[in-house]
Parts: sequence; structure tokens; C-alpha cells
Amino acid sequence: MSVLLYMIPLALILGFIGLAGFIWSLRTGQYEDMDGAAYRILIDEEEDKTSA
Amino acid sequence: MAEQALSGTSDLYRALADIPSVTTYSKIAPYVKTDAAGDNHLSLMIDGIHCAACIQAIESALLQLPSVHYVRLNFSTRRLNVSWRGDANMAERMVQALTALSYKATPFDPETLARQDEKENSSLLLCLGVAGFAAGNIMLLSFSLWTTDIQTMGVAVRDFLHWVSALIAVPAVAFSGRPFFTSAWNALRAGRTNMDVPISVGLILTTGMSLFELVNHGEHAYFDSAVMLMFFLLIGRYLDHLARSKARQAATDLMGMMAGTATLLKNDQPHAILIRDIKPDMDILVTAGEYIAADGRVLEGQTDIDTSLVTGESLPMMAAPGDVVMSGTINLSAPIVIRTIRSADESQVGHMIGLMEKAEASQARYVRIADRVARLYTPVVHILAFASFMGWLLIGHIPWQDALLIAATVLIITCPCALALAVPIVQVLAVGRLMKQGIMVQSSDVLEKVATIDTIIFDKTGTLTCGRPALMNVDDIDPQILQLAASMARYSRHPLSVALSSYYVENALPLTVEEIPGSGLRTMLNGCEIRLGRRLWATTEKLPDDIPQALEIVLAMDGNAPVRFLFRDELRPDTLSVINQLKGKGMHLHLLSGDRQNIVQDMAKTLGLESAHGQMAPEDKFQFMETLRAKGHKIMMVGDGINDAPVLAGADVSVAPASGIDMARRAAQIVFTSDTLQPILTILNVGYISQKRVRENFMMTVLYNACAIPLAIAGFVTPLIAALAMSLSSLAVILNAFRLRRYV
Repeated sequence: MSVLLYMIPLALILGFIGLAGFIWSLRTGQYEDMDGAAYRILIDEEEDKTSA
Repeated sequence: MAEQALSGTSDLYRALADIPSVTTYSKIAPYVKTDAAGDNHLSLMIDGIHCAACIQAIESALLQLPSVHYVRLNFSTRRLNVSWRGDANMAERMVQALTALSYKATPFDPETLARQDEKENSSLLLCLGVAGFAAGNIMLLSFSLWTTDIQTMGVAVRDFLHWVSALIAVPAVAFSGRPFFTSAWNALRAGRTNMDVPISVGLILTTGMSLFELVNHGEHAYFDSAVMLMFFLLIGRYLDHLARSKARQAATDLMGMMAGTATLLKNDQPHAILIRDIKPDMDILVTAGEYIAADGRVLEGQTDIDTSLVTGESLPMMAAPGDVVMSGTINLSAPIVIRTIRSADESQVGHMIGLMEKAEASQARYVRIADRVARLYTPVVHILAFASFMGWLLIGHIPWQDALLIAATVLIITCPCALALAVPIVQVLAVGRLMKQGIMVQSSDVLEKVATIDTIIFDKTGTLTCGRPALMNVDDIDPQILQLAASMARYSRHPLSVALSSYYVENALPLTVEEIPGSGLRTMLNGCEIRLGRRLWATTEKLPDDIPQALEIVLAMDGNAPVRFLFRDELRPDTLSVINQLKGKGMHLHLLSGDRQNIVQDMAKTLGLESAHGQMAPEDKFQFMETLRAKGHKIMMVGDGINDAPVLAGADVSVAPASGIDMARRAAQIVFTSDTLQPILTILNVGYISQKRVRENFMMTVLYNACAIPLAIAGFVTPLIAALAMSLSSLAVILNAFRLRRYV
């Protein structure tokens, strides 16, 4: 049963990493334009000035 | 589309070269915000974006302009944010650059638009994320609890797993449960109850009871159920929010567009002024093609005024110095200066907005179906839970902790998870399907009301008809004459000129055309004068009066017989068949128009409509609708003009074509882009089907509760069964909602 002592914290840490990733993506506004994101992958990046 | 947008880029550079670098004053300037660091910010609403090429064309075009350092187009909201350093007047060039790419850009004030909405959206997403994380991890632990019996596992391990669950669940419920707790608290404080009251009670009671069990080394810890329940409920809440914010956004976009600017003349210098700031006794310059912003008296200039959107009258009227012009009408032919007699708020348009607001207030009484269910449901569930607690305690003689646990189980298992999903999931799907067909639903509740409609009121011009006059006798006209007339007509915004010029798009003759407001167009060709316009002005010859319902202009030149061009506002291609199908559905149909009585009656006869009324003022139309409502009819209004706006705002369901004026589109709950009337049938159809799905969903939850509640009251429900039953009922509701796709 001592395996639980490793596995449960490990599972929780993995879960937290996922949650932290989600919160980061939310904070950086990645859910603000869901339709636009689908189209933007089709745009070739320009060399000099790119939109910030 | 991609080609079009890319070829547009080269047009842009040509257009940019033509733009004078110094503009004397800017209409967009009032919208530019300059921050402390000296950066200018502008928000624009962009019309006409469709694809990746549009995003690229717009963003790269603006980045080409000097000192622009940030451009971002939000494709979902169609809003563009630009930041640059230096001259604030660059804004003008940006809008011109976008216009050169053939996108319509309208500045708006981002402060006035719903930032609130975006905040709520991300806070709901955050709650959903946290609940999802907690649900996943607790399920991981619960799985071992469910699959292993106590003899194998031992009480110590079980308690350990419960403790870990509690450590995750308690903060998660406290954090992600907030949307429900605040809403329930607000409702209770106002002396009402809503769906969130049993949800909150259930969540708190379940968590509290599980903590109690935990401390007493008990078996009945429901952390998993509580968190799963919350997770599913948040999904429903998020979907509901999505549908409503889409609807609200469509409405605020329209409102933002209305808040435009006008040109104020002060000491003969033009200044931009926000329309809402217009006061009486100001001199306003109205260029040709512009809306008149406030009621006023013409000081200088002579022009034609298009009143069709206000009165439904198809032909423009003439305005000369001394005449009063009303706000909401369009100046067609020449610039005029007006002195305002009323502020913008008190002008005709403002007055209509007042009527609309009054009408909207009566709409607020409508109670959404989910809330009606909640009103029934909440007391029943709480009484059942309380009764089972008392029953077990007094009749069953078990300890009060166990009785409370059973009562809590009743609350959890009946908790309206599926009920909370039943309506929003159907609405989100239905609204999405309609949007794909060019029908924008601006208020998600409207589909509920569509199913109850028994009366439809139509406006005439622009609703049953295309709103554009069509040339009736095109076949009788010599192509050379048509070319000449169309070349002249290109110079005018008069509706008949616009219609005429659309019939000859190839080589236009190079002409110098003079427009005489109220009369017509004049030009010289090979030394002789050519007139195109009103019969009495154009020619002295006698012409027949054989087709009274047609609109006419006459082309006259020296030595030739005058040529008549006859126009008629054509019905939309499928109007007759749609009207017949609506009659087949047993709808009561009415035609209300501001146009002349004989024209209206003529059309009513063609369409077989029994109830048709002409020369209706906006107040008359509103009165007509109120009378019908008082008789208990549920009304759908279809209209496109300012005069329809109050009725649109007051009707149970209101529909406007996208070609309608801003105000009608704002007042309407549904806007459609099609040239046909078919969307009316589609809307009714989707309304019926989605209501059917909603009713089925409610039936399923009732059925599920009928099975689950007796089990819970009898005390047979374990945490596993509670979690399973809830997930399954939610899933069943979602799957049933997806059946919508087969019909729409």
C-alpha cells in the first residue's frame, strides 16, 4: 500500500500541472478568439514586422 | 474570397497615395484614446471578414502604415484593436485604408461595450477548469474506493483516500461553486427562489455531510458526487452563458454602430460631434448620402430626402430652405445645412428609442421556461428531502446523522444537473444551426417563444418586397438609351437612379451631370441638353397614365420622343409561397405599412392577405399590435424600418432583414441575411423542434427522478449509484439535444 504514498502525490502534481497550464492559457487570452485561431494557422508569417 | 482580399492589397496602395496626409478634421478622432505613454488606441468594428486572407489583409495593411505597432483582429467578435504612436489623425487613414480593401470599419467606444461579459466568461471558464481538475482527481481516488471492499482495503486506507478527496473537493467547491452561491444568495435576498438555491443547498449539504462522515470514519463520503455535479452544472452554465453572450454581443454591436458622429458647423468651420451631444439650435452639415442626425430646419441647400425607412413611403421628398427634416431620414442628392430644432434624444429617432424601451420593459415580464420549472421544482425537492429526514427519524427510528445523510442523498440525486442542461444545450445547438443559415438570433430565449406564435405582422417595403425598385419595362428600351440613362443615373443616390444604373454595368459614358434636387439630372451631350427625371420637369410632351402603381422617370432630349422608365418595388421571389405556407400553418397574417393605401391594398390582393392597412404612423402600428396582444395573441413582427422598431421591440418575437436600418436590427431579436422570406419558415420550424427537444429533456429528467427519488428515500443509494445516475441523466439530455441536427 505504500505505493499510494508516491502515486497519489504524483497524480495530483500531474493534475496541478494541467490546471496551471489551463489557467495560464486563460490569463493570456487564448480563449478570446476561438474562431480566429482556427484561421490564423493558415496565415504565413511575414519576415519583418509581425503583429504583436 | 482569398483572391479578392489579396488583389485588394494593391488597391490599397493606390488608395493610400490619394489620401491627403493632413485632414482638416476627423470624424473618427473622438473615438481615439491616448494613454499616458503617448500611445493612441482605436477600436473598430469590421464588416465583411470571412477567412484567413481577410485577417491577413487587414492586419498587414495597417502594419504598413507608419508608427503602427499593434494590430489585432478578433475574428469571433469582428473587432479590431489598433495602437500607434504620434499623430492621432492617423485614424482617418486607417479607416480609409480599410475602406479601400472594401471592409466597412465603424469606430466604437470599447468602454461602453460589454467588458463585463468577457470577465464573466473567463471567470466561468476558470471555475470550470478547477472543477474539472478536482473531478478528475477525485474520480481517480473514488474508483479504487468503489472497486475494492472494506475488508481488502482496511478502514485506514479508506480514510486516507477520503481525506485526500476532501482536500481537493472542499477548496474546489468553495471556488467553483461561487457562480451558484452568489446567484442563489441574490435570489433569496430578493425573496425569490431559483434553480441555484437547491443546487447550492445540495452542494453545501453534501460537502458538509461528507466531512462529517470523514471525521467519524464513515463510509458515505460523497465528495466525488458533489464535485462531478458541480462540474456538469458548470458546463451547462457555460453553454448558457455562451448562447446569451453571443446574443448580447450581436445587440451591442448594433448599438455601437448607432453611436456615430455628425458634422457641426461652428464659425463656418466643421467639427466632429457625437450624435448624442447634439442640442437644439446647432448648425449641422449633412452631406449627400448621410443620415440626418436630429430633427431640424433646412438653412441652406436643396435636396431630396429619402424617408422610406421612417414612413415606408417609396419616393423621396424634396427639402428646400425652411422645410423641416426628421432624424433617421437620408439626405440623397446635395449637401444641406440644417439648424436643429430638437436635441438628438428628443428627435424622431430618440422618440422611437423611447417607445422601444417602453415596449422592451413589457417584454421583461417573460419568464424563461427553465425558471418556471425551477419555481415548481425547488419547493418539491426540499419538501421531499425534509420529509424523508423526518420520516426516517420519527418512523424509522435511526440516528439523526443517518437520516440527514439520506435527506442529503435525496437532494443530490434530484439535483437538477440534467435539468440545468436541458434548455441551454438545445439553445446553443439551435442558435448555431440558424447562424450557419444566415439567421442571427440575438436573444437566446426567443426560440422558446417562437413555438407559441399564432399571429404574424409584416411590414411592406423592404420586408415583403426587396426594398429596391426594379425596372419593369427593361425589354422595351433601346440599349443605347439605357446606356445613356444609366450613365447619368450613376451620379445620383436617388433610389430610382440607383436601380436604373444597376441595369447597365458595362461602359458608362463619360458625362458631366448636374443634379437638380426634387427634379432630376441634367447633362449636355453633343451640344444638346438631356434631362432625366420627373415627367413635368423633363418634358412638355403629353405622356399616358396607364400604370398608376408604377414609379416613373422620363428621359428627354431635343428632337427625340421622351422615354419612360417604369419601376416597381418587386416582391421577394418567394413571398407568395411563404405567405401561403404560413396560412397553411393556421397563422393570422397582417400587413401594416406607412405607404399609400392603394399600393398596400393592391399588394394585399396579390398575396391574398385579408388584413392590410396603409398609411400607418409608427404609433398606429404599435397600437395595432397592443390591441392584438390584449386579445391574447402571440405576435411575431417582421419589419425593417424605423417606424417598425417600436413594434419589433414590443412583439413576442421580432425578425428584421439584415438590409434593414440599424435601429430595426437592434430592436429585432432575430436578423436574417437572405434575399428570400424563407428564413421566417426556418425560424418557426427550428422554434418548434427545439421546444420539442426541451420538453423531451424535461420529460426525461422527470422520469429519471421518478425512479431515483424513491430509491434515495428508501436509503438504497450509494455514492457510486449517485454519481453514475447523475452522469447518465446528463448524458441522455445532451444526446437527445443533438438529435436536433437531424431536423435543422
